[in-house]
Amino acid sequence: MRKNLVGWAFLSPIVAYLLLFYAYPLVTTVDLSIRDYTVRSFVRGGAPLTGFENYLTVFADPTFRTALLNTVLFTVVSLVFQYGIGLAMAVFFSRHFRLSATLRALFLVPWLLPLIVSASTWAWLLNSEAGVVNAVLRFVGVDGVHWLTSPDWSLVSVTIANIWIGIPFNLVVLYSGLRDIPAEVHEASALDGANSWQSFRHVTFPLLRAVSTVTLLLGLVYTLKVFDIIWIMTRGGPSGSSTTLATWSYELGFGNALPRFGPSAAVGNVLILIALVAGLVYVRAQRKQEAS
Amino acid sequence: MNSAPITHRFAVALVAAGLALSACSSSTGDAGGPAGGKFAVWDPYPQFDGGSEWVKVIEDCGRQAGVEVERQAYDTSDLTNKVLLAAQQGVAPNVLVVDNPVVSTLAEAGVLKANQDTGLDASQASTNLMAAAESEGKAYGVPIGANTLALYYNKAVLTAAGVDPASITDWAALDAALAKVVAAGKKGITFSAIGTEEGTFQFLPWFWGAGAQLTDLSSAQAVAAVELWKSWLDKGYAPNSVIGNTQTTSWQEFATGEYAFAENGTWQLGKAGFEYGVIPIPSRAGGVAPAPTGGEVVTVPAQDDTGREATAAKIAGCLTGADTVLATDTALTYVSAVESVRERQVAANPELAVWVDAVKSAKGRTGDGLGTRYPRISQPLWTAVQAALTGSKAPADALKDAQAAAATAK
Repeated sequence: MRKNLVGWAFLSPIVAYLLLFYAYPLVTTVDLSIRDYTVRSFVRGGAPLTGFENYLTVFADPTFRTALLNTVLFTVVSLVFQYGIGLAMAVFFSRHFRLSATLRALFLVPWLLPLIVSASTWAWLLNSEAGVVNAVLRFVGVDGVHWLTSPDWSLVSVTIANIWIGIPFNLVVLYSGLRDIPAEVHEASALDGANSWQSFRHVTFPLLRAVSTVTLLLGLVYTLKVFDIIWIMTRGGPSGSSTTLATWSYELGFGNALPRFGPSAAVGNVLILIALVAGLVYVRAQRKQEAS
Repeated sequence: MNSAPITHRFAVALVAAGLALSACSSSTGDAGGPAGGKFAVWDPYPQFDGGSEWVKVIEDCGRQAGVEVERQAYDTSDLTNKVLLAAQQGVAPNVLVVDNPVVSTLAEAGVLKANQDTGLDASQASTNLMAAAESEGKAYGVPIGANTLALYYNKAVLTAAGVDPASITDWAALDAALAKVVAAGKKGITFSAIGTEEGTFQFLPWFWGAGAQLTDLSSAQAVAAVELWKSWLDKGYAPNSVIGNTQTTSWQEFATGEYAFAENGTWQLGKAGFEYGVIPIPSRAGGVAPAPTGGEVVTVPAQDDTGREATAAKIAGCLTGADTVLATDTALTYVSAVESVRERQVAANPELAVWVDAVKSAKGRTGDGLGTRYPRISQPLWTAVQAALTGSKAPADALKDAQAAAATAK
C-alpha cells in the first residue's frame, strides 16, 4: 500500500503537468472552436454550441486555401533546404580540421539568437529601399527585388529566413549522427574502391536514415507552427500573400479590435491536427527503427 | 524515505506554477478584485516606470479618493486581451486606460461601466474625441488626450526643391510639391500602409479627405484615395517599402533626411535630428482632411462590488481633470481633450498649434455610430489598400471586394 502511494507520488508531477499544460489548453481550444463566441459571451459566458460551424466558416473562407498552400510551401521548402544544407555542413565538419569546433560553434548562433532579433535583422536586410541585399544586387547590376512588399516574393523571403534559422538544428543532429557511424565502414568502402561520393551515397546516407527521419519529422512539427518570423517580417502580408495557418489563426483571434475566438481556435485546431498526423508518423517510424 | 518529500515539493511547485500560469491574469488582477483593498489601474504606457510623473499622478489621484492604488502597465496590443481575460475571471482592474477604438468592443463585452452609472464626468472633453468613447448611445470613460496624424516636412529638402509648404492645401498642390522634390533628386513621401490597424489609421485622412465614408468602401471617393497612394508608388514619389512600414519604420525613413514628407503623429515630435515643420494633411478639394484620433480613454470596468466603481470613477475623473492632465499630456506629447488645457499647451509650446488644429478636425474611428462594426470594416480596407499598392488588384476592384467582405462580416 505504502509502496503504491510512493509510486503515485512519483507519478503525480507528470500527471499534474500533463493535465495543466496539455489537457486543459487543448480542451479549452476545442471548446472555443465549437461555440459561437462573441466578446460578450467570452466575458459573461453562455456562448451557444454550434458544432462544426466555425470550421465550415474557416474552410469556406478564401484565405483558407491561401494559408494552407502557403503553409505547405513554407514547410516543405524550409525542410528540404534546412536538411540539405545542414547535412552538407555536417559532412564538412565531420572531417576534423583546425578551428572546426570553433566554426561549428559559430554556426549555432542563429539558433541562440532570440527570434525577434533574427527576424528583425532579416527584415532590415531585405528592406526594398535601404536593405543591404538590394544594395548588393544593384551593385552587381541587377534590379532590386521588393522582398517583403511584393506578393510574389514575401513568402520566399520569410522561407529564406526560416531556412537560415533551422540550419543549426539540422547541423547539430546530423553531425552527431555522423559521429555514430563507425570509421571502419568508411575504411572498408575505401578499400573496395569507392570514391567519396559513392561512399557517401551508399554508406553514410543509408546509415544516417534513422537520424534523418527524426530530424525531418521534428523539423516538420517545428516549421508548421512557425509564427514569429513571419509576423515580424511581413505580418502575413502584403494582402495575405505570406499568411500561413499559424499567422491566420493569430490574425483572427488577435489581429483587430474585435476578436473572433471561434474561427481562430478552429484554424489552430486544424494546425494541431496536421502536426498530430506528423507526430503519429514519427512515433511509427521510431517503433519500426527500434524493431529493426 | 527521503525522496517522498522532495517529490512532494516538486509536485507542489509544479501544481503551483501551473495554477499561477493558468491563472496569470488573475494574479496580476488580484489587487483589483473585491477582496483586495488596493485599486488596480491598468495602462498601456510601459515606457513610464515607477518613478515617472504619470505614476505619481496616479498615486495622487488615489490619495485624493482615499484609497491606495496599484498600477500595472501593458503593451497596448496586449492590453485588450488581458482585460477580456481578467473580466472573464472576475478580476478586471478598477480603472482602465485603453486605446480609444477598443472602447466600443469592451463596452459591448460588458466589461465597462457607462459614465451615467458611475458618475464619471466627461463634459469637459471635446465632442469629437468623445465620439470614440460612445457605444449604443452611452458614453464610457473620458479621453486622457489625443494624438492624430499630420504631414511632417524636411525644411532643407523643401527649400532646395523650391516648395513653399504653406501652398500645400489640396491634393493637387501636394502632388506638384512631390514632383518638384523628386525632380530635385530627393525622395517624396513616406507613410505606413502595413496590413494591420496601423495601415488603416494612416490611410483614413486620405479616405475621409476624399469625402469617402467607412460605410461605403467602394465609393468613387474611396477609389480616388487609393489611386492617390498608388500613383505615388507608381511615380516613385513614395518608396515601395511603405507597404510593410509601421509608423516607426516610416519615421526611420524620414529621419534619414532624404524624404520631403512623412505622414506621422504627434508622438514623433522632437525626434528628427534636423529642422522640420508640420502641416495638416490636405483634403482632396482643399482644406484640412479629417484625420483619425489616436490616444487613450480612461474607463471604469464593471466590478462585482459596485461600491468600488464610484471610487474608481473618482480616480478616473481625477486622472482626466484639467488640473492633472496637463502634465500627463505633456509627457505623452498628446493634445489635451480639454479646451482650456490646450490653450495652456500651445502657450507653453507654440509648435503644438498645428496639432491642436488637427485634433479639432479629427474623427474617431469607431464614431459615426460604427462602434464594433469598425474592426470589421478596417480589416478589409487595409487588405484592399495593400492589394492595390502591390498591384495585385486594381484599386476599384480591391475596394469592391473589401466592401463585400465588410458587408458580410458578422
